[in-house]
Amino acid sequence: MLAFILRRIFQSIVVLLCVGVIAFALFRLVGDPVNQIVSIDTPYEQRMQIRKELGLDDPAIVQFGRYLAKAARFDFGISYQFRQPVASLIGERMPATLELTFVAALFSLVIGIPMGVFTALRRRSFLSGVFMTVSLIGVSLPTFLIAILLRYIFSVQLGWLPSFGRGQVVQLGWWSTGLLTASGLKALILPSITLGLFQMTLIMRLVRAEMLEVLRTDYIKFARARGLSDRAVHFGHALKNTLVPVITIAGLQLGSIIAFALITEYVFQWPGMGALFLGAVQNVDIPVMAAYLLLVSFIFVVVNLVVDVLYAVVDPRLRANLQAA
Amino acid sequence: MTEPVLSVRDLCVEFVTRRGVLRALDRVSFDIGKGEVLGVVGESGAGKSVTGSAVIGLIEPPGRIASGEIRLKGERIDNLSPTAMRQVRGRRIGMVFQDPLTSLNPLYRVGDQLVETIRTHLPLSAAKARTRAIELLAEVGIPAPERRIDGYPHEFSGGMRQRVVLALALCAEPELVIADEPTTALDVSVQAQIITLLKRLCRERGTAVMLITHDMGVIAETADRVAVMYAGRVAEIGPVRDVVSRPFHPYAAGLMGSIPTLETATDRLVQIPGSMPRLTAIPAGCAFNPRCPHAYARCVAERPELLSRGAHAVACHLYDEPGVDAEALVQRDKVAAAVGRSRA
Repeated sequence: MLAFILRRIFQSIVVLLCVGVIAFALFRLVGDPVNQIVSIDTPYEQRMQIRKELGLDDPAIVQFGRYLAKAARFDFGISYQFRQPVASLIGERMPATLELTFVAALFSLVIGIPMGVFTALRRRSFLSGVFMTVSLIGVSLPTFLIAILLRYIFSVQLGWLPSFGRGQVVQLGWWSTGLLTASGLKALILPSITLGLFQMTLIMRLVRAEMLEVLRTDYIKFARARGLSDRAVHFGHALKNTLVPVITIAGLQLGSIIAFALITEYVFQWPGMGALFLGAVQNVDIPVMAAYLLLVSFIFVVVNLVVDVLYAVVDPRLRANLQAA
Repeated sequence: MTEPVLSVRDLCVEFVTRRGVLRALDRVSFDIGKGEVLGVVGESGAGKSVTGSAVIGLIEPPGRIASGEIRLKGERIDNLSPTAMRQVRGRRIGMVFQDPLTSLNPLYRVGDQLVETIRTHLPLSAAKARTRAIELLAEVGIPAPERRIDGYPHEFSGGMRQRVVLALALCAEPELVIADEPTTALDVSVQAQIITLLKRLCRERGTAVMLITHDMGVIAETADRVAVMYAGRVAEIGPVRDVVSRPFHPYAAGLMGSIPTLETATDRLVQIPGSMPRLTAIPAGCAFNPRCPHAYARCVAERPELLSRGAHAVACHLYDEPGVDAEALVQRDKVAAAVGRSRA
């Protein structure tokens, strides 16, 4: 098991190095960064001086080595746009995005799994029909439309929930959290639903399909023949067997939640990394873009690692394979 | 006569489908006594497994018991509430399925599944249940049970898994065990072990067994009585000696005749011409009439009822047709079959 995790970590590092190359290539490919910093009438000498200060006249390989060495210490350079260290820019905004994605993922799992189980067990009930119809809407409506609809109903018409921003935040060291104040929690509701709705319907449909599959298996029939209660059969024996595919999808979707957070953050003016990234794209702020790229790929790699380990926790057959491998 | 452990009377099971109501079991009746092994044989689709599922109350919708009675020790169990039926399953009726590779939940330790079942039915502490689980595993012949109890199903071979399944079926000392093709998925050498084990365990406990199988060899060795099923009906039922060596119903005779033996050399296996009708197209009268070499007008017009002579019962008009010597007919068939064999 440990050997497996170590090998996986090694592979993850290779992946991150590859992403590092791409991130670094951004600097070289998207025009001359000096032009982004200076104005049109800056004299040539001054330009050369900036170039030297930023280390842009060294050979590419040296620059790459320096970039990686700095990135490993969370130093991603200075934002062209804000003239501030990228790490602190991202550090300020990361808590907002991570809290939003965490709550959205939690929402999609906590609501999606029970709904999936329910619709599988009570296939013919009216409520199952309602859930399936709602899930169809969730799958097919685009995120921004859901966001606008929710805002219109709950903020504009009913006035229950704030339509933008993060509410009051509390500073815990460098981490600013909205989870500890009433207004912060209220502000989280609409964006998390917007972000999590698609994932929730996906997970619900997945759990339903897997449940139906598992309920047909011999070991479920045998569990019934042994006289176990319905609860033990459905939640003890059937649900656990649906978890492997659900973990896979939930893991992959966590990555895409972070990616989709861009749109949600934009619509709700959420002060997260998504807004920072959009600004960086508009202003060709390459250090920010590169750091964002590295960060997102890092999150993906970590999530995948966790998913692989969870497989082994859930399914003893995979554990045996890992030991043999 | 003592009361039978299981008594099934005129059991009808129907499946409601879009194309109408299909009758999977049609007035099936039989008894199983204490410590007795009843073999149930027939082709695929004859209703063997449906009978087993009906007895243990696990017919899946759209199937349902349309009429008839199932009594366990005299008490009706076909109309129990789901909760009451659950207390019968596993506690009073144990079941063994065909494929041991898929009967056990792959994600749980063998011991967890045993302890879970034992504690569902018996008021034992977790530690006591575990001790009992180890005893059971030892009893079904699993070596080093105190170690193997913490193994996962995939760490056991097919034969060993079927032993675990037997332990699970027997863990609450049921009065009846339904074994639905318990050896079909196993190697021949392992089949004999499992059958011997099943028979020994049930004899020791006085458990009645309903043994569903294709395998006439298993029936001949194991069963006390045998029921031959055809198209959802019992064609013939009686002591295993009589039915195997002197079957009367033309279908039963054909079935027994198609068992190859080493004594008579043959190039060609004996077959029954045609195939069993689908449930949508069961012919009027005797369901076997289109394939029967002896069929006559009455077979198409009227359904034969099970007619007992002593312990042996047959559903065939020839059996009670006046002026027909049934024994002679069967003997003639046997001679014809033997001649056919030697000629081929």
